[in-house]
Amino acid sequence: MRYDLQIIASWIEPGSRVLDLGCGEGELLGFLKKEKLVKGTGIESSEAKVEKCIEKGVQVLQGDITEEVHDYPDNSFDYVILSQTLQQVLEPDILIKDLLRVGKKIIVSFPNFSYWSIRLQILFFGYAPKNRQLPYEWYNTPNIRIITIKDFRRFVRETGCEVIKEVDINTHSDDLQGNIIRFLPNLRATYGIFLVSRRNNTP
Amino acid sequence: MSEYVEHDNGGISVGLVEKKFHTFAEPPNALMLESGAGLGPITVAYETMGILNSDKSNVILVTHALSGDSHVAGYYAADDPKPGWWDIMVGPGKGIDTNRYFVICSNVLGGCMGTTGPSSTNPTTGQPYGLDFPVVTIGDMVKVQKVLLDHLGIDKLLAVIGGSIGGMQVIEWVISYPEMVTAAILLATTTRHSALAIAFNEIGRQAIMSDPNFNKGDYYSGPKPDLGLALARMVGHVTYLSDEAMRSKFGRRLQNRDNLAFDFEANFQVESYLRYQGSKFVQRFDANSFLYITKAADYFDVGRQHGQDSEVEAFARVTAKILAISFTSDWLYPTYQSRDLVKVMKKNGLDVSFCEIEAKCGHDAFLLPNERQSALINRFLNRVSEEEHDAL
Repeated sequence: MRYDLQIIASWIEPGSRVLDLGCGEGELLGFLKKEKLVKGTGIESSEAKVEKCIEKGVQVLQGDITEEVHDYPDNSFDYVILSQTLQQVLEPDILIKDLLRVGKKIIVSFPNFSYWSIRLQILFFGYAPKNRQLPYEWYNTPNIRIITIKDFRRFVRETGCEVIKEVDINTHSDDLQGNIIRFLPNLRATYGIFLVSRRNNTP
Repeated sequence: MSEYVEHDNGGISVGLVEKKFHTFAEPPNALMLESGAGLGPITVAYETMGILNSDKSNVILVTHALSGDSHVAGYYAADDPKPGWWDIMVGPGKGIDTNRYFVICSNVLGGCMGTTGPSSTNPTTGQPYGLDFPVVTIGDMVKVQKVLLDHLGIDKLLAVIGGSIGGMQVIEWVISYPEMVTAAILLATTTRHSALAIAFNEIGRQAIMSDPNFNKGDYYSGPKPDLGLALARMVGHVTYLSDEAMRSKFGRRLQNRDNLAFDFEANFQVESYLRYQGSKFVQRFDANSFLYITKAADYFDVGRQHGQDSEVEAFARVTAKILAISFTSDWLYPTYQSRDLVKVMKKNGLDVSFCEIEAKCGHDAFLLPNERQSALINRFLNRVSEEEHDAL
């Protein structure tokens, strides 16, 4: 399983209710169902990937994540996971608010745009950065949101929420292994993973 | 639904099947219908495939749509020219694997393929019921299926599976008998017909009732309202296809000619095709059954019938795991209706999966060979039967 998903999986309490947005072929949910007896649902837009989810015994809805989340009653899930998708969302603030409504906690992972090599590419070459995590040109990239680890921390603070856990990692997008970065993560980590909850005083 | 019954491409079939009958509700124990009328005796025609396992935990009920019947798969005789209507889906190693599951399919109440309907003999007159047959509902059809299962000693269904009006019966099953149904597969269906769907059904019914031979439904001893029924079938058939499917299948091609004939014979292939479908249909289907079954489908309204006008309320007691499938080009039961259905289930916290399959052949897509559909059904059934097994 992808390295960031391994970390996410380690945060999930056994037996909890989990919603995985952009669940792909259901790798994480399949694992959680088997190993942690989680009651999970995935949302995925691709018909072919939906079939793979069903094959793994994973409950899945084909559709758009923003629209599908909208239908759930408050507190339907213990965890809502948004892994490597936030940078592709048109209105991240609205989506995250909705995620915090349907889930007691949310787990968000995204590529860190202030990784040192990205900074250097802009500084020395002057082109929009490209690397293994972000392999697209400016005109065809689905990654329309430029987020850094520091940006996300500030966003959480300003939304009146709370970071319960943060792990920053250095890994490629589909790698099975990676390192946790503790020193200067905003410069040295390729991905940030956050466990976020509403503050206790906000219902 | 249309007739696409073809021999399986791989030549695989469940083999010989037999139509069986069960009769119940003998007077004075008439079955009380939703309308308040009593009906009896009732005969239900059914067929079974596969082997019932020792703990009776592998039963799948397949429900058919408007023009289907109990003959879901296999052949009645070795020289039968055609297999059952869903032979591509039901059989050894197929989407619904008869090596693993015991499959039951029965003809609906109000039908004309062995189950009591308007063409059956009214015991009080000794003549066919005609329009004296009480109006039946999807709920009544399911009640009859329940009696059949009781008769067969089956108290648990691993899954109920159906498309279109068959899908309505599946919805009725999970709501009316929640404790009996482990899983449900809903194909190209809805919790209630749109005005568009009711409109096309009404055109079909009017075509039948305005046929000079209709005689207020009492036509069994004379000429039948074949023209009306054929017309109803032609209209229906168009709604089961799609613009794209008709464009690629017929386009503007002419039938057996190079130039327009300047007359009102079937010049275009599509005209000829529809006439053929119409004339073929009247040979096997009763016009009154068309009236009764379409009416039952139009009346079906889950919120009104089960939830005091709330669909969320109607599904409150449902426990079945659900797989819903829609098809992109289906304009009779469009994807938005399946999504609405899924929404209601999400609000109830149900275990529900949904997939919209890219298909160009319209509403009929669920009857046609489609690897994606077969795979989804097969894997979903794997999952629920494994989970059921683990739970024991």
